[in-house]
Amino acid sequence: MSLLEQISTSLQQGEDKQVFELTNEAIAEGIPAKEILDNGLIAGMDIIGEQFRKHEIFLPEVLLAARAMYAGMDQLKPLFAKEGIPSIGKVVLGTVQGDLHDIGKNLVGIMLKGAGFDIIDLGKDVPPEEFVETAVREGAEVIGMSTLLTTTTPMMTQVIELLKEKGFDSTIKTIVGGAPVSEELARDIGADSYGYDAASAVDRVKELIG
Amino acid sequence: MEPFLERLRSGEILISDGALGTMLMRGGLRPGQCPELLVVEQPDLITSIARQYLEAGADAVHTNTFGASPMKLSDYGLEERTEEINQRAVNLVAQVVDDRAYVSGSCGPSGKIMQPYGDFKEEVLYDGYERQMRTLTDAGVDIICIETMFDLREAVLAVKATKAVSPQTPVMATMTFDKTPKGYSTVWGNSIEESAAGLQEAGADVVGSNCGHGMENMVEIARRFREATSLPLLIQSNAGLPETIDGEIVYTESPQLFAEKTHELIDIGVAVIGGCCGTTPEHIRAIKGVVDSQ
Repeated sequence: MSLLEQISTSLQQGEDKQVFELTNEAIAEGIPAKEILDNGLIAGMDIIGEQFRKHEIFLPEVLLAARAMYAGMDQLKPLFAKEGIPSIGKVVLGTVQGDLHDIGKNLVGIMLKGAGFDIIDLGKDVPPEEFVETAVREGAEVIGMSTLLTTTTPMMTQVIELLKEKGFDSTIKTIVGGAPVSEELARDIGADSYGYDAASAVDRVKELIG
Repeated sequence: MEPFLERLRSGEILISDGALGTMLMRGGLRPGQCPELLVVEQPDLITSIARQYLEAGADAVHTNTFGASPMKLSDYGLEERTEEINQRAVNLVAQVVDDRAYVSGSCGPSGKIMQPYGDFKEEVLYDGYERQMRTLTDAGVDIICIETMFDLREAVLAVKATKAVSPQTPVMATMTFDKTPKGYSTVWGNSIEESAAGLQEAGADVVGSNCGHGMENMVEIARRFREATSLPLLIQSNAGLPETIDGEIVYTESPQLFAEKTHELIDIGVAVIGGCCGTTPEHIRAIKGVVDSQ
């Protein structure tokens, strides 16, 4: 098994210390950081995402794999110091104001990061202005909003309207998700896309940036 | 009142109440407001809901303490008020039901993820549950209802914490399952069989499921539980999943559907039947009608 395959396998097994060591080994061997990222870490998370989607694994395995991914990424970061870790797109993510749940949103963040996106996680209870201001300032292509409460879905509408008001609705796309959110609701409130679960959110964000 | 578990042992079917969260939203709970603090801020709303469920026929009325563990209250900076909130919540329901129904102390998940998957130490969660359970049982609940759990390990901690502080208090413990191509499972990966066995071993007196995707799945889940354990079963289903109709968020499963499915739940041998998100006193009344007709 090649070193990068070993990184991918260890990541899938949630072995963060092994991923840490193997990533450093790969760096020492002179493998380009971008290759370690793409063919080691992201390759491993890709398989984790697929297995999660098929219900072959569950939340605990994903969380351990994510921890392993971060252990590797932290080693790669200094090598990308100037331009930062290369990404296929920037996503601002948060649970909308009034909602303190964040397990689902964190999972989406993990999966997006594992797919090579740059994630700005604003946490939970995020006001509409903060979503928009951050996305504009950071040059993000997508805003992802999550909610678990039926009462906080109007907050998603506020973000979408604020984007329109400021004239950013054509450059910054929105995707929504969470237990009370459906494809239909997403369409009703004018969101550009809807993520049924963390794995499909990744596909949808890729389509949005496409 | 005759002790809760004795009535179940004699084969009686009991009714628990319906949704609290969605009723509170209807009653004016604002986004960002701590639902459990309403026992202090709007006690009349809490007693009004309890009264509606009592009048609809509930034999057990839940306290507004689903998120009143210190872990969950800390999200609102209210951890210090754990005792006050839990105590008040019990008093409000007790004052309404006045021995005509059991006061059931509700307890939901902490929202924290335990090591090694997350940052929280198991002891921290256990101590937190013990603190909530001690207050609820000291305040005089008749039953504890641990609900909407998705991590069996956490549910087991909550059951054990209850039995440690009050061995004689009956504990009902229910988890939330999704239908997957490989059978029913919690998002954490716990199967029905594993959950039933784990909760029973931890000392739960009644096990089962709540929340979820609606009655259709619940009947199936109840059947699996029946095969997995001989303990009495509790089923509290959502009124389906929320849908948006004309911009309004509605739960679409009707009281009539609940009545139909109650027949099936009784046939399976479910001992306690109630509702979760989106259910109303009308749903409980419908369940009551079927139970009474038996």
